Amino acid sequence: MDRFKRVPISVQDPKERITNFDEVCLGYTEEEAMAEAKRCLNCKHHPCVGNCPVNIHIPRFIKHIAEGEFEEAAHVLAEQTALPAVCGRVCPQEEQCEKVCVLGIKGEPVSIGKLERFAADWARQHNINLAKTKEKNGFKVAVVGSGPAGITCAGDLAKEGYDVTIFEALHEPGGVLVYGIPEFRLPKETVVKPEIENLKKLGVKIETNVIVGRTVTIDSLLNEEGFHAVFIGSGAGLPKFMGIAGENLNGVFSANEFLTRNNLMKAFREDYDTPIKVGSRVAVIGGGNVAMDAARTALRLGAEVWIVYRRTEKELPARVEEVHHAKEEGIKFEFLTNPIEIIGNEDGWVKSIRCQRMELGEPDESGRRRPVPIIGSEFEIEVDTVIMALGTSPNPLIPATTSGLDINNKKCIVVDENGQTSREGVFAGGDVVTGSATVILAMGAGKKAAKGIDKYIKEKYGEKAEA
Amino acid sequence: MYKIVEKKDLAPNIVSMDILAPRVANSAQPGQFVIVIVDEAGERIPLTICNYDKEKGTVNIVIQAMGSSTKKIAALNEGDYLKDFVGPLGRPSDYVNADIEEVKKQRVLFVAGGVGAAPVYPQARWFHEHGIGVDVIIGAKTKELIILEDEMREVAANVYIATDDGSYGFNGMVTGLMEELIVNQGKEYDLVVAIGPMIMMKFVCLLTKKLGIKTIVSLNPIMVDGTGMCGACRVTVGNETKFACVDGPEFDGHLVDFDEALKRLAQYREEELELAKRGEEKTCTCQHGGAN
Ligand SMILES: Cc1cc2nc3c(=O)[nH]c(=O)nc-3n(C[C@H](O)[C@H](O)[C@H](O)COP(=O)(O)OP(=O)(O)OC[C@H]3O[C@@H](n4cnc5c(N)ncnc54)[C@H](O)[C@@H]3O)c2cc1C
Ligand SMILES: Cc1cc2nc3c(=O)[nH]c(=O)nc-3n(C[C@H](O)[C@H](O)[C@H](O)COP(=O)(O)OP(=O)(O)OC[C@H]3O[C@@H](n4cnc5c(N)ncnc54)[C@H](O)[C@@H]3O)c2cc1C
Ligand code: SF4
Ligand code: SF4
Ligand code: FES
Repeated sequence: MDRFKRVPISVQDPKERITNFDEVCLGYTEEEAMAEAKRCLNCKHHPCVGNCPVNIHIPRFIKHIAEGEFEEAAHVLAEQTALPAVCGRVCPQEEQCEKVCVLGIKGEPVSIGKLERFAADWARQHNINLAKTKEKNGFKVAVVGSGPAGITCAGDLAKEGYDVTIFEALHEPGGVLVYGIPEFRLPKETVVKPEIENLKKLGVKIETNVIVGRTVTIDSLLNEEGFHAVFIGSGAGLPKFMGIAGENLNGVFSANEFLTRNNLMKAFREDYDTPIKVGSRVAVIGGGNVAMDAARTALRLGAEVWIVYRRTEKELPARVEEVHHAKEEGIKFEFLTNPIEIIGNEDGWVKSIRCQRMELGEPDESGRRRPVPIIGSEFEIEVDTVIMALGTSPNPLIPATTSGLDINNKKCIVVDENGQTSREGVFAGGDVVTGSATVILAMGAGKKAAKGIDKYIKEKYGEKAEA
Repeated sequence: MYKIVEKKDLAPNIVSMDILAPRVANSAQPGQFVIVIVDEAGERIPLTICNYDKEKGTVNIVIQAMGSSTKKIAALNEGDYLKDFVGPLGRPSDYVNADIEEVKKQRVLFVAGGVGAAPVYPQARWFHEHGIGVDVIIGAKTKELIILEDEMREVAANVYIATDDGSYGFNGMVTGLMEELIVNQGKEYDLVVAIGPMIMMKFVCLLTKKLGIKTIVSLNPIMVDGTGMCGACRVTVGNETKFACVDGPEFDGHLVDFDEALKRLAQYREEELELAKRGEEKTCTCQHGGAN
């Protein structure tokens, strides 16, 4: 075996998979996982660990896999993460743990993410109980939002003995994991739901259909419902539009609307009532994970799809694996292209999109070369649907209805090094603090805030609540 | 799960339901709405909060069975459950948080079209409770579709009825009756609040613009989440894009681009028809079979 080469992983054939919503990557078998795990050098200084935002002890869990001790591997993961089956699938591994893997210097880094996924899937399939909780301490903590940040914070606090209630605005817990990321990347019934069930096994209560800021407020939770602290993990769910002419035509959607209809409301299934409009020719504007997901969803619903991105392929913010899969599936890319107007027909439906070619100029604040329009390069792409995937920002509802909660100029909640906001007893983390980021960063923030909350409550009220 | 504790038929295809939802009842204010999901396969359907009882923990909704989802909801009975019920959504009506002395100076005319009488009722009642008598026009296609007339008379100073076919009250549309009252009879109003079908609100606004009377409308565009997350509910108000679910649903009617709003409402018409067909095939043997 060549130590510098990865054990290949099987995926659904592109021709086949564009006709269904089943998972693209099929995962390692036990033998494949053990073979891949054996490549790890078990480095003493293990640089990979430091580059994982939640510091999973990577060589330790991989060694267990190499020796066929899959349950032990899962226990190592559970020390640091509540969502290994999710992160193994959607983490930008090539930018994190795998980026600094020693094997990567001469060859291919260990497939850390795929091995993480393997161990987590194995534990779930074999009903391994990973829940370990301390005795109840009688303190109540409210968690707002059930995305990765909220789930992690709630899980960590429950393990410490806290009485935790999650309040979720939507009818289904999971945040972006259920409404944003599609089935074919992250199966809901087999992967996301069991992770949420694990949380309930830890004693966490989940109240769906509660919008904090409308149904209840942070103040009422603290002052009337007796919560000792609150964690806000409400994400960055507000879609951006471009502000160009024609954006309110019929057939122009935010990626959030398109993906929510399909994923959360299950519009792709005949037996569900929510409708979805796809059209036959779709332009997706943007180049991140959200754009890839919207494009590949539209493709699976039967459309021909273009991704319109104003920089080059090199600058695409999406994960490499997703871009690769999108290309294999037949998504067409228009790089260095920017839409300037959406043109409609007389009934108010999208007919085409007018674009402008771009070239790269001087570097901007982000260090990437700024795209500048080429004069006279306008052209039209005929499409009947346009999906805007331009990024999102935090919803202003909670700051607007909570006294003394500071936000910055990007509308993100400001926190200190313990995850505490400007309001005593109120903590925050995840996309609501950073703006749209990643699952694992949101989890890291949830973890940090759980520690901060534990410290805050115990310093203020002692080890146990008075009965 | 949210229990239906009381159900009443108000008119053919229009039902009123009290839903047990204490958290919503506790925070609800006039002008706000809820989103309902009837069952596992259901869509998220926005419905105005028509009344609420903080003590009993109930919220009243009035549903007009139009398409497959509203028929499914209307077909449920007392003791049945709705799968999801979330709210209150949207901003309360402006007057709720305004200086009451200023509000008292206003002469207000409510214009309710069809099922719009249901959301107008708690607003008229709010004014009544604050010692202000308002005038109300209730309009509908025909006499049997006029709802909540008696209740409205108890809280409003004057109630006027208009039917398209002249079977009851004024013979014609609500805009015709408005002209009769304001132009011919010389009644004066400082504010008109119009709630009903989009097309009715459009014509009310055209008229009040001509008459120079400020007008508030309650928009009912297509929605998904109702929390500002999807942008499905985009409307153009004063040349700016607004999300009706968080910036509204009430807006200054003279600034609303109704033509765009009407086009956007038709976005899923084909899919709705398809779904309606499917629904009929599925429920043809069932006894309560929805309203049709
Ligand atoms: C389509 C898409 C694809 C992505 N792909 C990837 C990927 O491949 N890899 C990756 O690492 N990251 C990816 N991301 C980003 C990642 O999903 C987010 O960074 C992460 O989910 C943020 O977690 P969070 O817990 O902060 O917020 P969220 O996951 O957004 O969860 C917030 C939750 O709070 C709820 N909420 C909001 N307001 C309120 C309120 N007022 N009251 C109650 N509840 C409220 C929301 O309904 C939601 O459930 C993707 C994002 C999208 C949209
Ligand atoms: C803020 C708000 C408050 C509302 N309050 C009420 C209420 O108190 N009582 C009530 O009965 N309805 C109310 N509606 C309208 C209700 O949500 C729609 O009637 C419902 O979504 C239609 O669903 P359906 O599947 O039954 O019909 P569909 O099959 O979706 O549509 C049937 C017909 O209704 C039209 N239609 C679709 N959506 C709407 C809409 N949003 N408004 C008007 N017509 C529509 C379609 O074009 C079609 O002709 C409200 C809507 C909003 C946005
Ligand atoms: S959680 Fe993400 S960064 Fe950490 S080990 Fe797993 S894949 Fe790597
Ligand atoms: S750096 Fe790579 S080889 Fe070294 S311990 Fe981490 S995963 Fe194994
Ligand atoms: S309904 Fe989704 S933003 Fe208003």
